Amino acid sequence: MPVNFFNAGDMIRFLPEIILTVMGTLLMILDPVLHRRSSSAFGNLSLLTLIAALIASVYAYTQAGPAFGGMLIIDGFATFFRVLVIVVGILTILPSYRFLSVQDAETSEYHALLLFSIAGQCVMVSANELIMIFIGLEISSIASYVLAGYLRDDKRANEAALKYFLLGSFATGFFLYGVALIYGATGSVNLAMVRAAVTSLNAPSPVFVGVAAALMFVGLAFKVSASPFQVWAPDVYQGSPTPIAGFLSAGPKAAAFAIFLRIFMTAFEPLGSSWVPLVWISALLSMTIGNFAALLQSNVKRLLAYSSIAHAGYVLVALTARSDVGTAAAMFYLAAYAFMNIGAFAVVSHLSGKGERYQSVDDFAGLAQKQPVTAALLTIFLLSLIGVPLTGGFFGKFYIFKAALESHLVWLTVLGLLNSAVAAYYYLRILVMMYMHEPSEAATKAEPLSPGLSAALILPAIGTLFLGIFPTWVLDFAGKSSNLVK
Amino acid sequence: MNLLSVVLFLPLIGFLVTLFIPRSSEHGSRTWALAISLLIFLVSLALPLTFDRALTGEQFAVDLPWIASPAIHFYIAADGVSLWLVLLSTFLTPICVLISWNFIQKRVKEFYALLLLLEFGLVGVFIAQDLFLFYVFWEISLVPMYFLVGVWGHDRRIYAAVKFFLYTFAGSVLMLAAIIYLYNRAGTFSYPAILAMLQSGRLMFDSTEGLLLFLAFFVAFAIKVPLFPLHTWLPDAHVEAPSAGSVMLASVMLKMGTFGMLHYCLPLFPSAARASASWIVVLAIIGIIYGALVSLVQPNMKKLVAYSSVSHLGFVVLGIFSFTQLGLDGAVYQMLNHGISTGALFALVGLLYERRHSLAIADYGGVATAAPWLSTVFLITTLASIGLPMLNNFVGEFLVLQGTAITNFTWAVFAAIGVILSACYMLWMYQRVFYGEVTENIRHHIADLNLREWAVAVPLIVMMFWMGIYPQSFLPPVTKATTRVLDQTQINVPYRVALPHKVEVARAR
Repeated sequence: MPVNFFNAGDMIRFLPEIILTVMGTLLMILDPVLHRRSSSAFGNLSLLTLIAALIASVYAYTQAGPAFGGMLIIDGFATFFRVLVIVVGILTILPSYRFLSVQDAETSEYHALLLFSIAGQCVMVSANELIMIFIGLEISSIASYVLAGYLRDDKRANEAALKYFLLGSFATGFFLYGVALIYGATGSVNLAMVRAAVTSLNAPSPVFVGVAAALMFVGLAFKVSASPFQVWAPDVYQGSPTPIAGFLSAGPKAAAFAIFLRIFMTAFEPLGSSWVPLVWISALLSMTIGNFAALLQSNVKRLLAYSSIAHAGYVLVALTARSDVGTAAAMFYLAAYAFMNIGAFAVVSHLSGKGERYQSVDDFAGLAQKQPVTAALLTIFLLSLIGVPLTGGFFGKFYIFKAALESHLVWLTVLGLLNSAVAAYYYLRILVMMYMHEPSEAATKAEPLSPGLSAALILPAIGTLFLGIFPTWVLDFAGKSSNLVK
Repeated sequence: MNLLSVVLFLPLIGFLVTLFIPRSSEHGSRTWALAISLLIFLVSLALPLTFDRALTGEQFAVDLPWIASPAIHFYIAADGVSLWLVLLSTFLTPICVLISWNFIQKRVKEFYALLLLLEFGLVGVFIAQDLFLFYVFWEISLVPMYFLVGVWGHDRRIYAAVKFFLYTFAGSVLMLAAIIYLYNRAGTFSYPAILAMLQSGRLMFDSTEGLLLFLAFFVAFAIKVPLFPLHTWLPDAHVEAPSAGSVMLASVMLKMGTFGMLHYCLPLFPSAARASASWIVVLAIIGIIYGALVSLVQPNMKKLVAYSSVSHLGFVVLGIFSFTQLGLDGAVYQMLNHGISTGALFALVGLLYERRHSLAIADYGGVATAAPWLSTVFLITTLASIGLPMLNNFVGEFLVLQGTAITNFTWAVFAAIGVILSACYMLWMYQRVFYGEVTENIRHHIADLNLREWAVAVPLIVMMFWMGIYPQSFLPPVTKATTRVLDQTQINVPYRVALPHKVEVARAR
């Protein structure tokens, strides 16, 4: 089949990635020119790039369809996640202005790497074949490894980057083994063709496909920090620059879940009865380990890292439901989670100060007296993470467990909901600190909110409340896009 | 404009406006909170006036689609029970504003904002007709109370606030699971629609399923009531909360639990409710006697009143699970009575605390000499709480005991012990605090009621007498609603409980 690689439609469908890559490269070249002028130039430029990419993604959706001979597919699902990861990027850059200037670490690489990472995630979520998924995963991951160790004079950052890199490479290795086995077994890497092959009359040996699926599961579970492959997450989140920790917990994770869903809900969907029990266990383990470990944390970034493991567990519950409703619930939840978690991390980066000194739960003491607005916004994020109604977190959880009950996962639902009651305790600790204690050194020293930070807090807060009070739009879109089998 | 939605949303508007009052203007926040809460109360007075007492069923209904899929509606309406509970909330909120007037000195604006948000949640819980909406309000009311206890409470406030939040939250997540399960079975969150399906037999639960769902709802409600042995959060939260928090907690929030049992558990799962009635009643009776005994030995006034709530609420649960018209009427009436008289007790104890800065009974004595009017008001409230005839609690307790006696006479005997004990602990406390030699310290510290405090006391006292002397002002709509609940509990029931006195007694009253 001769494929014309340069037709206009394909280009439009690929436009967001093109914009991100070109501008990322340009940023690195322009570094010497711009650096003298203004320290915020990189930030402004990458913000503009991301907004352009956002518009391009929406525009690409008007030309929905496969691109480059079916290697990519721009459908509602892809667009949903493209928009999500780009918005996550915007919300990462906004608090970074202040963060980078406080740490004396403004360079163009930071922004260029961020753009590359987002470009990789865009490729991941719109890929329709395993090789493209792998390429996207690598682009995203390698940029993220560097970003994790961005503060190179910091010991913890070095540890974080090294750990993330070593373990992440292993995980991608596992994934690639799985891809190779699938290619060997079915002769194709296209998801639809793999699906057709495993359901056909002369299907390859189920052991073969099962091993391949298991290997991919290992790789993906690592990327989404699901148990039992979650060990890296707390160290990496704690060591990474705070805005990047927020980014890692929202963007790459959402993209990894997107391919998780795409692979398991298309290619391996017919084999559901064999992988659902595994995901069931992984979901329960993630929720339980994440929540109980978070109870013991005193460092807020570590606490949020463990909580993000638990939240990965909730999303896996949606995958366990193995239905379109479940897929839609996972999409909705990832969007809600991105808002609330990035918002929470933005508050941490606001408070942490030079050298990220103030990161303990105790440092939040009395924030409500010193900065009532910041405290109120963080309250919204924390209530959403707990799952209190009228926030996106609640509705997401509600929708996930609704999907789970529809698929008769009564026990997983009960255990998951009880888990969320356990989780309430450690989020409440932060609330208690903020509202019920006298101001700490960190709260007293905290500077007033900069415009970038205000935006970085207010936008996710609006998003969180919007998803909680008027979820219909996002829900409808997710519902329409959740049928992945083409 | 629908009256009920006005009553619901005015507190929310009040809350939002309070947020924009400058922090420096503390008096502005107080005045605004008082004005808006009085306005809400006045508007809500129109509810009983326009409530058509001839009709059975919900009135003032509003049904608007909120979320398309899953179909969630903003659906509110009031029946004869929720009518009075809404009124109780709107009645007590201005009183809470008044008793906090001088007591709350730090973060005044936030305090009143949260109080109004709490009122919004509480009103919503009683009138929601959509199960999802009900859950939303149920949880919303939790957040402001958590902050009220945790920020403005006494020494162990943080422990109490966290315990309160976790207990209630843990109980309610299982209710959420049950609500979702119901939706998946019935295809709707609309409570009347689900009841209609049950009535017509289009929706049936087998016995295990029904029992588990019943328990999921019941445990959430029982924690809130609180039913023995789930009551351990209550003494902490009540004692540590500021007076206004204690009043709202005892008078209204606890009623969320009993209201839930009456309004949801019984009609939705009649068979399971009847099957579980005997052990629930046993727990209720244990609560009545245990609460009273613990009250008897409390050295702390607030704790004493808190444990007396465990005892009083036991009566309510007992009445509900007697499955008799009288018992149900009495239970609802007792919810209102307890709201008035225990609310008044907490308010008055708060006034004493403001003067003497102590809650220990031992620190008082001879207050009657120093503050005769305060003592008189306290005495009337004490007598009301004990259940003296002509005062409100008597009517409720009498109905509950009579209803219980119809079902099982032994239960009534045990429950009556609680009435006797309540006289012991309340009067003994009164004696130790108000009588005896007055010390210089007391004479110096304890002034009599001022105008603002009279404004708190008079409405409460009036209500105690009114509800005690002429319950007919309140009971007919309640009876209509409880009759319907009882009718609904007859479906899907393998056996019927004979109700020999139902008709005659109703007529005799």
